[in-house]
Amino acid sequence: MDARFAQLKKEGRSAFVTFVMGGDPDPETSLAIVKALPQAGADIIEIGMPFTDPMADGPSIQAAGLRALKAGMTLKKTLGLVRSFRDSDADTPIVLMGYYNPIYIYGVDKFLDDAKGAGVDGLIIVDLPPEEDDELCIPALKAGLNFIRLATPTTDDKRLPAVLANTSGFVYYVSITGITGAAAADSSAVGAAVARIKRHTALPVCVGFGIRTPETARAIAANADGAVVGTALVDALKASLDAEGRATPKTVSAVADLAAALAQGVRGAQQAAE
Amino acid sequence: MTTAIPNSYRSGPDDRGHFGIFGGRFVAETLMPLILDLEKAYAEAKSDPAYHAEMNGHLKHYVGRPSPLYYAERLTEHLGGAKIYFKREELNHTGSHKVNNVLGQIMVARRMGKKRIIAETGAGQHGVATATLCARFGLDCVVYMGAVDVERQQPNVIRMEMLGAKVVPVQSGAKTLKDAMNEALRDWVTNVHNTFYCIGTVAGPHPYPMMVRDFQSVIGSETRTQMQEAEGRLPDSLIACIGGGSNAMGLFHPFLDDPSVEIYGVEAAGHGLTHLHAASIAGGRPGVLHGNRTYLLMNEDGQIDEAHSISAGLDYPGIGPEHSWLHDVGRVNYLSATDEEALAAFQLLSRLEGIIPALEPAHAIAKVMELAPKKPRDHLMVVNMSGRGDKDVPQVGDILRGRAKAQ
Repeated sequence: MDARFAQLKKEGRSAFVTFVMGGDPDPETSLAIVKALPQAGADIIEIGMPFTDPMADGPSIQAAGLRALKAGMTLKKTLGLVRSFRDSDADTPIVLMGYYNPIYIYGVDKFLDDAKGAGVDGLIIVDLPPEEDDELCIPALKAGLNFIRLATPTTDDKRLPAVLANTSGFVYYVSITGITGAAAADSSAVGAAVARIKRHTALPVCVGFGIRTPETARAIAANADGAVVGTALVDALKASLDAEGRATPKTVSAVADLAAALAQGVRGAQQAAE
Repeated sequence: MTTAIPNSYRSGPDDRGHFGIFGGRFVAETLMPLILDLEKAYAEAKSDPAYHAEMNGHLKHYVGRPSPLYYAERLTEHLGGAKIYFKREELNHTGSHKVNNVLGQIMVARRMGKKRIIAETGAGQHGVATATLCARFGLDCVVYMGAVDVERQQPNVIRMEMLGAKVVPVQSGAKTLKDAMNEALRDWVTNVHNTFYCIGTVAGPHPYPMMVRDFQSVIGSETRTQMQEAEGRLPDSLIACIGGGSNAMGLFHPFLDDPSVEIYGVEAAGHGLTHLHAASIAGGRPGVLHGNRTYLLMNEDGQIDEAHSISAGLDYPGIGPEHSWLHDVGRVNYLSATDEEALAAFQLLSRLEGIIPALEPAHAIAKVMELAPKKPRDHLMVVNMSGRGDKDVPQVGDILRGRAKAQ
């Protein structure tokens, strides 16, 4: 992960971070999508670990998780997906994103061993704030996995040091107070927020929530070390499914094509800024 | 699971919101600053005599407290064992115990300057109580309710709307209480700057389980005094139904350190524990959901199961974290009653005592029917009559008429 950000810095551009739900719409298609993302320009890939009750996600990602679960996805299979991806790509950082309960039930130590073994680089766990660091954050850091924290507009200067204390890899700035897929972020406010976070940390700051188009991606990327896109990719995937919610021959390319367009947006940013 | 027996069962939670391994603050970062603010605001309110004076005034003149402790003579005779008392929480304004907690939270919300209140509701009792107090104090009110519950608890939906609340039917998942809570949390994450989340039970992130317990403990405190007046001593057993467990915790908590008092919580066994049910302790294991670690119904992958109960108020796959702890340390006995047992108790109570109970406390009555006959006649048993059954009359009427037709 650190190597990837160092390389991007050398190239003078921001990271394009993609989110897709592991196992959506089915495990095989999901693997094909994840494999297609680096080619489409993804610098870092976040893979959602499906959960029945995603409290911070909007309708699109909720539905993606339920499609994956219906197709038989489990945490074990999500780790298998990462392992399969690693057969053909040793470099693109993989971050698993989700909620704590499936990991808690899998067993924290076993999960960390298996995730490390599968080639996972970092974790984002939505419902583990710094107050619960003993649960997974500290053990993950000890195991050599990055624990990427979410900072939000409500995380004020007083609280930022606590949020950043055990964070590694990058800081994920949630650009709005809200759920995934909600309102678009205002890029000037985002710029100010990123600058505020950077006063407290040397880590890269990536921005997500509310980025749907190459234009917003460009505007956000100009103000941050990376732009994260999730819901827009999940929506493109859903639009490619048949009436029963199954993958079609268009599914992989629907996601990859949008990712490529968004990647162009992100790459355009630094050129414009320079 | 082995847990050390504490000196007191009433000292929890610790400063991080833990009851043993249960509880905690498992929420998104967006909410954390507000949760810390709430903890501070509640601590300040708790030590402010003016806050208590105002609350006690509203409890007396608006809610109608103290609620009576009533000797259920005909039920006692019918069962032929323990002397049965009802703590009549169904006589409170709005028809259930829920109002005790909502009043306390709304007063904290007012101190915090929040003008918009959101709530989740299952049976609608918490939603009605929240809508009522929002009307009383001139606050905006949005209530999330599973679409299935909107159907089966129509009278309460109409009440909430009459009180000026906006009821949002939730279409995700099983469309019941769990999904309503997810949706309320999503609203809260989005509108955290002006919104207070009024949680209806002893669950959620710290400080909610503690705060709701404190507000509901008025039930047990009054029971202590009233039983002393009626019988000159403590009760021998307490029994209450449990969804999230706030009416039960409110009755139990003031008695936890009285070893002579047996305590029984009754979960909803739905179609039976080997079928669809809502008994988290009987059929679940510790996991993390909705801000706390507690017993939950889930599959081997940690995915939360859909609960089932005839009673919308008990139809939830979790339970408050303090109950999970009280189960693990063995202080409270957790039992369960099926839909059928609750229906039978609902009918028996209506005819014997002229009290139509809500389907929720009908689960507690179902276990009273089992336990009371085995106890001596001088055994004093208190049941928390946590809500009245008006809201359930259409649903139970349909079920009974359907059966009469089928015969």
